Amino acid sequence: MTDLTSLTIAGLRDGFRGGDFSAREIAESYNAAVAASKALNAYTVETPDIALAAADAADQAREGGNLQPLSGIPLGIKDLFATVGVDTTAGSHILQGFQPTYESTVTANLRKAGAGMLGKLNMDEFAMGSSNETSTYGPVLSPWRRKGSNVGLTPGGSSGGSAAAVAAGIAPGVTGTDTGGSIRQPAAFTGICGIKPTYGRCSRWGIVSFASSLDQAGPMAKTVRDCAILLEAMAGFDPKDSTSLDLAVPQWEANLSSDLKGKRVGIPKEYRIDSVPAEINALWDQGIEWLKDAGATPVEISLPHTKYALPTYYIIAPAEASSNLARYDGVRYGLRDVPEGGNLDAMYATTRADGFGAEVKRRIMIGTYVLSAGFYDAYFTKAQRVRALIKDDFRKAFEQCDVILTPTAPSAAFGIGETTDPLAMYLNDVFAVPASLAGLPAMSVPGGLDGQGLPLGLHLIGNELDEQTVLNAGLAIEERAGFTAKPEKWW
Amino acid sequence: MSVSNEQVRHIAKLARIAMSDEEIERLAPELNNILGWVEQLGEVDTDGVEPLATVVDQKLRLREDVITDGDIRDEVLANAPEAQHGFFAVPKVIE
Repeated sequence: MTDLTSLTIAGLRDGFRGGDFSAREIAESYNAAVAASKALNAYTVETPDIALAAADAADQAREGGNLQPLSGIPLGIKDLFATVGVDTTAGSHILQGFQPTYESTVTANLRKAGAGMLGKLNMDEFAMGSSNETSTYGPVLSPWRRKGSNVGLTPGGSSGGSAAAVAAGIAPGVTGTDTGGSIRQPAAFTGICGIKPTYGRCSRWGIVSFASSLDQAGPMAKTVRDCAILLEAMAGFDPKDSTSLDLAVPQWEANLSSDLKGKRVGIPKEYRIDSVPAEINALWDQGIEWLKDAGATPVEISLPHTKYALPTYYIIAPAEASSNLARYDGVRYGLRDVPEGGNLDAMYATTRADGFGAEVKRRIMIGTYVLSAGFYDAYFTKAQRVRALIKDDFRKAFEQCDVILTPTAPSAAFGIGETTDPLAMYLNDVFAVPASLAGLPAMSVPGGLDGQGLPLGLHLIGNELDEQTVLNAGLAIEERAGFTAKPEKWW
Repeated sequence: MSVSNEQVRHIAKLARIAMSDEEIERLAPELNNILGWVEQLGEVDTDGVEPLATVVDQKLRLREDVITDGDIRDEVLANAPEAQHGFFAVPKVIE
């Protein structure tokens, strides 16, 4: 029989519908693969029974002729999504043991669409990190290794467990979240696809908040088509999220087309950075050729405020985080630590000192500082003004082009423990952050391998609400890149 | 602009995070490094630029003034570190 864990979501769906295998067989294959993958540290909780229950419901639905779009498909869920009765900890000690009594809108949508859940996926603490090293559960290991080396590599972050799970074949697709690159950079590091939709497409309700004006959920999967299938199920208006867009969900999968005739591809000159490895710039040039081959016309564009995007992000995101994370006070849920004889104030300070890791504390401190009396205008308001300029750069650029092509990340995956300077870590998202600040849809698609045998990604940024062109350009690259490399199984 | 150990101690107090002197001393240069880096935004001319408040243009919606939740006390308290008599319980606030 086919190894079900090697199939795409579209392949599983169609094979299940065509009677080639049952949903139970799919769930059992994945449950077994998950149980045998502990060395990757990708899952924080395994939920084989939930996967099996959804599979049995899918098998019955097939009998009864009332299949849902994702009937028979088991998924991995990033630990940032509230899942009823299942540990939801955002990779943080301060939420250890937290079992929500409610379900996030995105995971509820997936369940309604028939999907099952294989478990919760490891991540950087509160999604703050680019290497999955800040998780309270320890780092996820990428299934990829450099040629001839046993050094453990990061799958990227913050959706590192999500990315590793897809790359290792221990989930056919997963949810991720992206605040400043947390879907796209790990997708690039692990040779998979991942899309962050327009801000407001996916409800933030029930997703542990990091930076509310930036946080956006999205799917990660083996192929562009799989991302379209998942995003259709995840997206949709939700009255419980005040920034949710009241728009119908487009039929992204049905409208997939790699014919880019008449489309203009913007190539931003500010993204050509000398310190980026030559292989990455060469892949970018190759990507331009692939899109030309698909019928598109490249045009040089300028996004003049690009170099200010990261510093803007590192004011706005920590500011919002310091405010959002004020809720972890030891009163209503999660950890409570009280020093002997301590009062309420001591309880707050001790709980937060024990519960948060170093990177989260660092960002709360920066955020508290830039929002504090006397500094608010100089830092926070200034950053909000620069953010407006960055948004305007894109508005002008999309008068000249339909989609923008750049590299996803400035390097291939690096080793666990190799990047210790916080600023150097932040630079991972240099290409990803501008689209986040502008709320635009953006996707990473694998382009090829570097000289060490590690995946590199290409990054597509679309105009507001135009996920379709992003997906279509992604499909054109996918068809031409012919990326079939898989990590050699060592775990 | 650079922050002193004293200011870092003050920020930690505002953020309600207990920190030892060693932690404060370790954190101060890290914060200064990051703050020094973000200060490059000072180069950008933002005169007359409105601060961006919503990234995708949309109006805040109003909804009917009706109760949409409630009556779930036990669910609300289910994850409380300590609950008593249907309330969250905390260490004594008033002596």
